[in-house]
Amino acid sequence: MWFRQKKKPEVPSGEERAVRVPEGLWTKCESCGQIMFSQTVAENGQVCPKCNYHFRISARERLEALFDEGAYEEFDSEVAPADPLEFKDSKRYADRIIQYQRQTGLKDAVINARGTMGGVPVIISAMEYAFMGGSMGSVVGEKITRAAEEALRRRAPLVVISCSGGARMQESVLSLMQMGKVAAALARLHEGRVPYISVMTDPTTGGVTASFAMLGDVNLAEPKALIGFAGPRVIEQTIRQTLPEGFQRSEFLLEKGMIDMVVHRSQMRATLVSLVQKFTGKTG
Amino acid sequence: MKDPRDFERPIQEIEAQIENLALFGEDKSRDKEMAALRKKLEKLRREVFAKLTPWQTVQLARHPKRPYSLDYIQAMFTDWQELRGDRRFADDPAIVAGFARFRGRPVCVVGHQKGRDTKQKIYRNFGMPKPEGYRKALRIMKMAEKFRMPIFTFIDTPGAYPGMDAEERGQAEAIAVNLEAMARLRTPILITVTGEGGSGGALALGIGDRINMLQFSIYSVISPEGCAAILWKDAAQAETAASALKLTAQDLLRLGLIDRVIEEPLGGAHVDPAAVFQALEGVLAEELGELSGLEPEDLFERRYQKFRAMGAYLDAEQGEAAKAKGPAPKPA
Repeated sequence: MWFRQKKKPEVPSGEERAVRVPEGLWTKCESCGQIMFSQTVAENGQVCPKCNYHFRISARERLEALFDEGAYEEFDSEVAPADPLEFKDSKRYADRIIQYQRQTGLKDAVINARGTMGGVPVIISAMEYAFMGGSMGSVVGEKITRAAEEALRRRAPLVVISCSGGARMQESVLSLMQMGKVAAALARLHEGRVPYISVMTDPTTGGVTASFAMLGDVNLAEPKALIGFAGPRVIEQTIRQTLPEGFQRSEFLLEKGMIDMVVHRSQMRATLVSLVQKFTGKTG
Repeated sequence: MKDPRDFERPIQEIEAQIENLALFGEDKSRDKEMAALRKKLEKLRREVFAKLTPWQTVQLARHPKRPYSLDYIQAMFTDWQELRGDRRFADDPAIVAGFARFRGRPVCVVGHQKGRDTKQKIYRNFGMPKPEGYRKALRIMKMAEKFRMPIFTFIDTPGAYPGMDAEERGQAEAIAVNLEAMARLRTPILITVTGEGGSGGALALGIGDRINMLQFSIYSVISPEGCAAILWKDAAQAETAASALKLTAQDLLRLGLIDRVIEEPLGGAHVDPAAVFQALEGVLAEELGELSGLEPEDLFERRYQKFRAMGAYLDAEQGEAAKAKGPAPKPA
């Protein structure tokens, strides 16, 4: 009947909407609205050629872009989440895990990889936002800890690429303690004088920022990434006013002295290669 | 939403009756009535506290009469000297830190501090520290290591302050640096969660060799209200979230995350603070004795292994469920 309205299309929730997988021929920039050939954007490292907006990319894409010849060996890929608290909100955590594992092909929100950068053996842990917003539960904590231990064993520089909304609520205090666990592993790495470089991408917030992301010998960030402890909405609720433009973005943190460099994605590999070569005394 | 502290009301009513009776002075018949009321009060307390829900435990952890860090310091330590400021930006009254004596021995004490009345609450920022608070704490804890003093920390905060100024000055960096630095300090660190263990803001004073929790304290990655707002899209579901988060001392003990639960009197620590101070002092003295015999490098290694073991996950290489502490994880 004419007055019977069609059901509204379901609006995707924040988690699902946030991850963009450019598939079609054309891509619209989420920042400036420019419509471009997807190919052009891909060739530019998934960065908008017009406004430099950095599209969110997967952990695998990052590893391929950073290691020499894009080659790496994954390790600890079998570590998987366990739902120790049998957590259930609108959905069971156990079901969410299975859903995200299907969607991403990963066991959890981080990939550990060994490879070389500019000839220097390097360990990289890259976080995957598409897996529950990159949230840190026991698996993420354990894997980054193992990456730090592996780096110390091999005396190979460690690079962690953060992309995470913070701790995983479904693992409650177990996830909180991962902050302490990873920080303790980094303490040993630092005492062992093995370089650790933290790369922050959009977004890096909460318990991830307040642990390993801020503990780099060198802290790098991609342009305009949201980086902070409390999320912007929480702060706005606290102070009851709107945050100024650019607050908690990479450039703001650079100005406040919290990070060393803001690095365009196209320059990330070169920047990291140059740093690890200097720190390990290799010729560049 | 109904008042979350409703469960205490019947107890308070009887308490008020007893107080009223006491105003009339001694009298045989009144004494009898009084004794009856006291008995009733005991019984009611036992009943209510036997089936305390996690949400009710949250209310006790946040109870306005609950002893705060300075109360513990006054009761369990002597010769307290508070030191102030991070030498960088400011002093943060939401954290107190300094030196004192514990059974005669020079020690360092650090704790979150909440305020009792409105003015004090504002002065203490409701126990929510800013970066300068964490940096002050670390400055003084490093001094403790330098002068070979053990460190006692008392945790009681809703969380690190989520404000613009705190963000600007590096709240995340301040917390992160404390986590790492506390993992490295070569001196015994004894932690007690006395009230609210609110997320990263609590953990920033929470890396150490012994972790104790008072019976009705809580420790969580997020407040039940915050969790409910995000996962249930409804802050009124806080009670449900409180259960799901497994944030009570008993839960943490079961999960292998803490060493001990310190029993509180029926009704909570505020009913008989002296008993809590005494019990806690005994435990801390015993634990300090154990830790004092360890070489600094041993302490460092053991502390690492302690946190290294935290977490529950599956690992195919080691066989399923190999690495999980606490309840056995279900296969994925």
